[in-house]
Amino acid sequence: MNFVLTDEQKMTRQMVRDFAEKEVKPSAEERDEQELFSREIFDKMGELGLTGIPWPEEYGGAESDFISYVIAVEELSRVDASTGTTLSAHISLASWPLFKYGSEEQKKKYLEPMALGEKLGAFALTETTAGTDATAAQSTARLDDDSYILNGTKIFITNAGEAEIYIVFAMTDPEKGSRGMSAFIVEKDAPGLAFGKKERKMGLRSSPTLEMIFEDCRVPRENLLGQEGEGLKIALSTLDGGRNGIAAQAVGIAQGALEEAVAYAREREQFGRPIASFQAISFMLADMATKVEAARLLTYQAAYLENEGLPYGKASAMAKLFASEAAMEITTQAVQIFGGYGYTRDYPVERFMRDAKITEIYEGTSEAQRMVISRYLLRE
Amino acid sequence: MSFLLSDKQRRRREEFRQFARDELIRGSDSFARKNIEKAARRGYLGLPVPREWGGMGEDFLTYILLIEELSRICASTGGILAVHTSVGTFPLLYHGTAAQKKRYLVGLARGSLLGAFALTEAGAGSDAAALQMTAVRTRKGGYLLNGSKVFITSGGEADLYTVFARTDPDKGARGISAFLVEKGIAGMEVGPPERKMGLHGSVTTELRFSDLYLPEESRLGEEGEGFIIAMSLLDGGRIGIAAQGLGLARAAIEETAAHLRARWRESGKEPGQGAAFTLADLYTGLEAARLMVYRAARLKEAGLPCSKEASMAKTLATDGAVEAVTRCLDLWGPAGMGSESPLTRYFCDAKVTQIYEGSNQIQRIVIARELLKNNL
Repeated sequence: MNFVLTDEQKMTRQMVRDFAEKEVKPSAEERDEQELFSREIFDKMGELGLTGIPWPEEYGGAESDFISYVIAVEELSRVDASTGTTLSAHISLASWPLFKYGSEEQKKKYLEPMALGEKLGAFALTETTAGTDATAAQSTARLDDDSYILNGTKIFITNAGEAEIYIVFAMTDPEKGSRGMSAFIVEKDAPGLAFGKKERKMGLRSSPTLEMIFEDCRVPRENLLGQEGEGLKIALSTLDGGRNGIAAQAVGIAQGALEEAVAYAREREQFGRPIASFQAISFMLADMATKVEAARLLTYQAAYLENEGLPYGKASAMAKLFASEAAMEITTQAVQIFGGYGYTRDYPVERFMRDAKITEIYEGTSEAQRMVISRYLLRE
Repeated sequence: MSFLLSDKQRRRREEFRQFARDELIRGSDSFARKNIEKAARRGYLGLPVPREWGGMGEDFLTYILLIEELSRICASTGGILAVHTSVGTFPLLYHGTAAQKKRYLVGLARGSLLGAFALTEAGAGSDAAALQMTAVRTRKGGYLLNGSKVFITSGGEADLYTVFARTDPDKGARGISAFLVEKGIAGMEVGPPERKMGLHGSVTTELRFSDLYLPEESRLGEEGEGFIIAMSLLDGGRIGIAAQGLGLARAAIEETAAHLRARWRESGKEPGQGAAFTLADLYTGLEAARLMVYRAARLKEAGLPCSKEASMAKTLATDGAVEAVTRCLDLWGPAGMGSESPLTRYFCDAKVTQIYEGSNQIQRIVIARELLKNNL
């Protein structure tokens, strides 16, 4: 067991932290207020090599490891969870399935520009009838000569409208149930693809979340990802890794909130002394700090296992469950520590709290994670 | 970074696991002497002590694995061993003179001597520096000890006690010194065993000192160094108790999962989400605590500062243990509360881990102090 980061990982942390402080933090509040996505920030992340951290150089990646990747998401989320989401959806959800299941041609055509930050990716699985129960998807894909024709509606799609490349899941054989789903690479300008409602959300407001409407949307045959019928496998295995990204996002949010709360508690005086000198506050901070550390270790463990090619489904479920619930608790306590000021938008902690909630829900709700973990414990 | 134990550590852990499962007597009502003797025969009483002093020379993390595995089966045995090593042996190892090491360390490592630690008094628990026991220099050299200690693990059973007394009444914490007291010495009386909620295999007594004479050579470290000596042992002690907490939590969770699986097999009905999700949460909490404990252990091994991490680990693991035994007991229904049920024992054993070796309130004071000191 070795809990020390490599020099490269330490450098990645410092580099992303500096970038986050300088290029992301100053506009975070306004972008949240205005619900503004910043393509510029994504472009800059591309320039820094962040948009393809785990992929080999031959596909435009930085050839780094998954621990470095979660560190990057953590550091971005520490100042702006929306930016953390942009990157984690792009890498874990949109790039990973290409890396794992794509043909050489598909990797060259799609993974490479995504790794270089030239194109933004998204992942479209969820439908109104299919959230946690992904198998209830109703979108269809029919083979017609040299194209697939997609019909259906996806909802709650992160990066939608801005992304150029979408991994879309649809039923090629509705009779086959869970084995009838397939995955497709769909470009933004595919004929028959339209973007619908943009969600007005509680948090992650500068990360666009949109509906996608497929009306006889034509997708080249060679854009089938993997085999027909492999769609659900691709989706679920993608989400296994995506969980680590969200866990890292939650750790970052919690860390940002904790730092704000510590600084405030030292400065704010009541009854003639800093509130940090009252045990109610200092004990709260101690518990918050302990939880962040534990969440971080669980997250790095899951990333480590993924890196080593060891099974990581249970570990990533535990990391995501623990980290997201910790983030919710910690950000709530941070607002509490800030008192009245914490409730206003003049201070960042209310944004952290609003942002934290979704981490308990997307990419597998806490309940879904508990299903994964308990299955491990209770199956013989 | 690596989240895997080394091959050697994994082998050792398997060995400890098998030993505990196959050899330890569970649920002792009185001092678990046989368990300690069996552990001693395996060299476990000196696992982290260097070979040159009769120990097995293993690393600190392996020692932590031992406490965890022993505690999984018998928390009393795990606790006795943790005290014997962390605060009963390490004082000699870190602060003993060559003569003191020669006299005691090999015996402690081999398990022919059992160690204990006597700091706490009726008026000095969390506020250890408020201790009142005195050690007054006599004219012929040496000291006369007077006072009493309370809640001493292995009181009466241990062969060697590291005792803390005040050599200087005016210097507060800096007026405390440490002494090595052998069992049976005239002037030390052992009180009756405390009747406790749990940890029945571990004996806890009062120690009364009445004009106990000790020669100069029985003092450990310099005069006035006692508090520093005690503090130097804290991090290691805390990580040990954290491991005890891990063992207890695991016992509750593993046995409850097995119980639910068996019920499922018998009845054909899958456990509901209430039970399943509770276990999932407890298991996740245990995993989090485990990583925190191992991380603190590795920092200590590397000789790096680890007070914050040790306190975090102790708090998380022991709060987690109490949570686990409590929630798991719920899942057994009436069967869990019977005197036959191991769950009852785990439930009764776990509570004290939140209290001793630095209550979890003190741990939070330590953590907060570190947090507010540096800027994270």
